[in-house]
Amino acid sequence: MDVKRREFMVHVAQGTAVAATGAMLWLYMLRQEARAHPFALRPPGALPEADFNATCIKCGKCVNACPYDTLDLAAAGGDLPIGTPYFIPRDIPCYLCPDIPCMKACPTGALSPELKDINDSRMGLAVIDLENCLSWRGLRCEICHRECPLKGKAITLETHPRPISKHAMFYPIVHSDACTGCGICEKACPTTEAAIRVLPHKMVQGKIGDHYRLGWTFDTEITQDFKPAPPAASSAPPAATPKRAPGMDYLNEGGL
Amino acid sequence: MNAGEELRQEALASIEKIRQRTFGQRLWSWRYILLRRVSQFGILLMFFGTAHWGWQVAKDVPLLTGNLSASKFIGLIPLADPFAVLQIFLTGHVLQTEVVLGAGIVFAIYLLAGGRVYCAWVCPVNLVTDLAAWLRMRLDIRPIFHINRSVRYLMLAAALVLSVVTGVAAFEWVSPIGMMHREIIFGLGLGFIALLAIFLFDLLILKNGWCGHLCPLGAFWSVVGRHTAQLRVRFDASTCTHCGECARVCPEPQVLNLKRIEAVGFVYSGECSNCGRCSPLCPEGSLAFDWRPLIRIHNARSRGAGSRVN
Repeated sequence: MDVKRREFMVHVAQGTAVAATGAMLWLYMLRQEARAHPFALRPPGALPEADFNATCIKCGKCVNACPYDTLDLAAAGGDLPIGTPYFIPRDIPCYLCPDIPCMKACPTGALSPELKDINDSRMGLAVIDLENCLSWRGLRCEICHRECPLKGKAITLETHPRPISKHAMFYPIVHSDACTGCGICEKACPTTEAAIRVLPHKMVQGKIGDHYRLGWTFDTEITQDFKPAPPAASSAPPAATPKRAPGMDYLNEGGL
Repeated sequence: MNAGEELRQEALASIEKIRQRTFGQRLWSWRYILLRRVSQFGILLMFFGTAHWGWQVAKDVPLLTGNLSASKFIGLIPLADPFAVLQIFLTGHVLQTEVVLGAGIVFAIYLLAGGRVYCAWVCPVNLVTDLAAWLRMRLDIRPIFHINRSVRYLMLAAALVLSVVTGVAAFEWVSPIGMMHREIIFGLGLGFIALLAIFLFDLLILKNGWCGHLCPLGAFWSVVGRHTAQLRVRFDASTCTHCGECARVCPEPQVLNLKRIEAVGFVYSGECSNCGRCSPLCPEGSLAFDWRPLIRIHNARSRGAGSRVN
């Protein structure tokens, strides 16, 4: 091989090596930023995390639009994907503006305009730490229930008798079909560390799998396998049903 | 005296003219630099004032919301960074009309003004790199090594390819421009370390290292407006004495290849950022901002008049 050609090949190899090293470094930084942090709570209407990370242009117009100063852009070197909006409910929760100004300010659609009703937003899911919830411990608190903007739907109270005294226990229960993840409950929780807190759905929510059939629920579709056999065509005329089953409802007939 | 010596004397006389400038004349020669600072700080201030002090043009009509990635001017005109939008597009996502329209508007502006007008007149990182370059000149720091200025086009290509590969806008996620802008407007993070790195790199390692060699956004804007920019620095070869002072202050001296620009009549390279360092410095007035259509007329006239006979 002549010297010129050899030199050229070495140059190409060197250039490629530098470019490849740089690209690897760049890729690594992108991976670190985009994938390592599942804890971000996004403004209402945010697309699923991967799509949100791709489409958010990091302009901060949602931050400017929020009248409560709830939102902030993740700074470089922080725990969250750089430049994207997030909120910390314990500091300032989302107060569920009915006109959704943050979503309207978003120029890219990362906060999707398909969200028409703020109550349909799913920023996260409130989760109760039963061991540290005052109500679950037996005190009368229920502040989360009272403060919840969807009280009665997103958080309900269940009463339970208490073994050792006459007073009932009032258990707050969160329902994922109505909870928006606004975090007003987390902000209001009076314990030192919030005993109810909002987390991204994928951090807390399980999935039972489609192959289970809950036969006792009304809306469960009964598949062919489990359908009872059709009643055999009876040849004999049906026995005359007695007007009243013996013994039935005698308690309700006012006879006693 | 032979012809070569005569030319040398002419060039030296030109340099002497710069040395003899009074303070007033010097101040006047910094006019574009001052204007650029006004523009750079003014834009930052408009974003900051809108975000923190609620600046409005009318009730509930904010002045300038967002940042350089995407913004809205007087609640009406959407603006967006076309390079950022291009990267997002390459991740395979369809964007809303507003941001696409905004990118189009910004693209059209720079298509006419010259792409890298962004670099010299808008970009906040330019404040940092200009400071580094000025200090470097003052302290007379010699270069350690050189790299090809076309590496930025490689960076541009890499940003686009990595956007496709990773599914996120590759440059936007590491951009020191975005970091600086966001941290000034929305609160401090560790982005200033990236800027410190750029400052030290430009000051001690490579002159104009970031803006002139590496920045993919600068590369993007170099490509945009290369052929359509209407505001350019015209070059009048008939008055030039080849003193070389322009190339000494130019952050992209390769654009001042006098032989080539003499043939065209103006600084045609897309890498020229219209920063306005060369034209007020030129002691012979050979370099000056002009509208592209007028340049040909001007140069034809001055050549015809034979203002300087060689």
